[in-house]
Amino acid sequence: MTAKLVVGVDGHSSGERALDFAAKLADKIGACELLVVYIIEWSPYSFQTPEENEKRHNRREEEIAVAKERIVEPAVAQLTKDGLSARGIVRHGNVADALNDVAAKENAEQIIVARSSERTLSQRIFGSSTANLVMEASVPVTVVG
Amino acid sequence: MKRIVTTILSAATAIALAAPALAQEAVSLDQKVNAAFAKATGPFVGLIFAPLPGTNFPWIVLWLVVAATVFTLYFSFVQFRFFSHAIALVKGDYSDPNDAGEVSHFQALATALSGTVGLGNIAGVAVAVGIGGPGATFWMILAGLLGMASKFTECTLGVKYRNEYPDGTVSGGPMYYMSKGFNELGLPGGKILAVLFSIFCILGAFGGGNMFQANQAHAQISGIVGDYPGWITGILFAAIVFLVIVGGIKSIARVTEKIVPFMGLLYVGAALIILLVNYDKIGWAFGQIFAGAFTGLGVAGGMVGALIQGFKRAAFSNEAGVGSAAIAHSAVRTKEPITEGFVSLLEPLIDTVVICTMTALVITISGVQQVDPATGMFILTEDGGMIATEGGVQGVQLTSAAFGSAISWFPLVLAIAVVLFAFSTMISWSYYGLKAWTYLFGEGKTTELIFKLIFCVFVVIGAAANLGPVIDFSDAAIFSMAVVNVFALYFLMKIVRKELASYSSRLASGEIRKFSH
Repeated sequence: MTAKLVVGVDGHSSGERALDFAAKLADKIGACELLVVYIIEWSPYSFQTPEENEKRHNRREEEIAVAKERIVEPAVAQLTKDGLSARGIVRHGNVADALNDVAAKENAEQIIVARSSERTLSQRIFGSSTANLVMEASVPVTVVG
Repeated sequence: MKRIVTTILSAATAIALAAPALAQEAVSLDQKVNAAFAKATGPFVGLIFAPLPGTNFPWIVLWLVVAATVFTLYFSFVQFRFFSHAIALVKGDYSDPNDAGEVSHFQALATALSGTVGLGNIAGVAVAVGIGGPGATFWMILAGLLGMASKFTECTLGVKYRNEYPDGTVSGGPMYYMSKGFNELGLPGGKILAVLFSIFCILGAFGGGNMFQANQAHAQISGIVGDYPGWITGILFAAIVFLVIVGGIKSIARVTEKIVPFMGLLYVGAALIILLVNYDKIGWAFGQIFAGAFTGLGVAGGMVGALIQGFKRAAFSNEAGVGSAAIAHSAVRTKEPITEGFVSLLEPLIDTVVICTMTALVITISGVQQVDPATGMFILTEDGGMIATEGGVQGVQLTSAAFGSAISWFPLVLAIAVVLFAFSTMISWSYYGLKAWTYLFGEGKTTELIFKLIFCVFVVIGAAANLGPVIDFSDAAIFSMAVVNVFALYFLMKIVRKELASYSSRLASGEIRKFSH
């Protein structure tokens, strides 16, 4: 049985650090599949105009395509090139919840994310996605510094 | 056909180009324009708001209440049976996680609500209670509860018969269920109804959904900063609307869409605080509402007067049966059209039963309306039409005074809320009008742009001039939508019943079940 590791990427340097760490770990484990997951921050409780609602389906497809093309696929390609087994997943949702959902659904061993270097006001109030993930996750979480 | 379309479009462009000039002249030629317009549209307005013989009860109000009652009975009180299911849908209990990122039920509901919550809840209710007394509230609540079934019917059909285009966008609304639904049932005339509905919808969008809003927004702003020419507000509003609907500057719309629900909550919150502080009077206020509902407590027309006002304002406020919500809900991609119907039935509840009732209770409790201490009956104004108030305030000023008597700074918040509500209603109606427009003239960038430009011009006209007859006409247009829409719904309701039966059996069998989140 292969172990599955979920790696949360965000298109920034922190995502790269998580990927590097996961690759090293996978190398040590051996039979291991890396799931490169990008979560598009989205809430079902936001407010939209009728026109936005009408175009929402297209926007969603676009967002997924862009995330795949720019972030997930290059990462998967790089990992595959390095001789690792990797797969990309793009989902909409709350970053912490959605990463945890993916891990649960895929029966992953653990989730690897990086500590975000950005500090915004909302993070100060609501806590960062990483912190929320650590608090809520149903599998072990590794936070790369 | 193409020739006709081209002619109409070029005529429309000419109007759009000439309209700025018209807006300026409208101020000086106000009287003339009013008179000419009133003469031309008077018979139509008169017909729509004609009272039933021997009463002063407009037949259109009865038309809507009867429809709501028929749908309530036909679907065996769907608004109560599926109420908790509707809440579960909005909470996302039945949403497939794989569809995350699509328009959620909550978003569809919020979007549709931001089109209906507005002046009707603040000014309309004050008019109802001002003329019909607290008793009008009882009838308003009843009409709101029944109206839930009308919304359910039209929104289910709206989603079921919408058009989905290869580029992924959707267009839906009564015009689509009229033409497609009638075709499916082998009935003639669907297309004619659809065209009629679209024409009324465009007129309603320019009038009640635009000019009336701009006009009221200007009245509110000038009430705070002092009197100044309306066209300044008009141009400012038109520019913002232009940026949103033509320029696609979504950030403005997004900000408004975020502030509007907040304002709605603030409004309900303030009302609740006033009610809590006066908790000892709540029982008395409900007593007034019940007593007034059946006796009138001395208002003009007695019980019937209260009933007319309550029904009328409920219909004006929640638009159940008008067909506008069916357009708003059609944008949602759902596998089960009927789920949108369930969600939409919450709209009249929130709009009328909750928010309007809050307004009515605050006005009643505030004691702004004058009562004869000897008889317990209301004192009427000199012309006998309305209940006398302290300071002689009516309409939105009555609501303002009622809130102000408890929270002194609240009238300012209320004024800001009215302006924002007006803006969000405009954005919603620009979309409804656009959908009707593209149904008539076809989808396309140019046709859409022409509509949007005309829409912006009407914002200026609406704010600049006090065009009473134009407002009457646009109200009439919105209610003509209801005439056509309800007529079509009577024929199409059996389709909804089939959907309802299928859905409830699958819900009971467990085929449709909650997703674990």
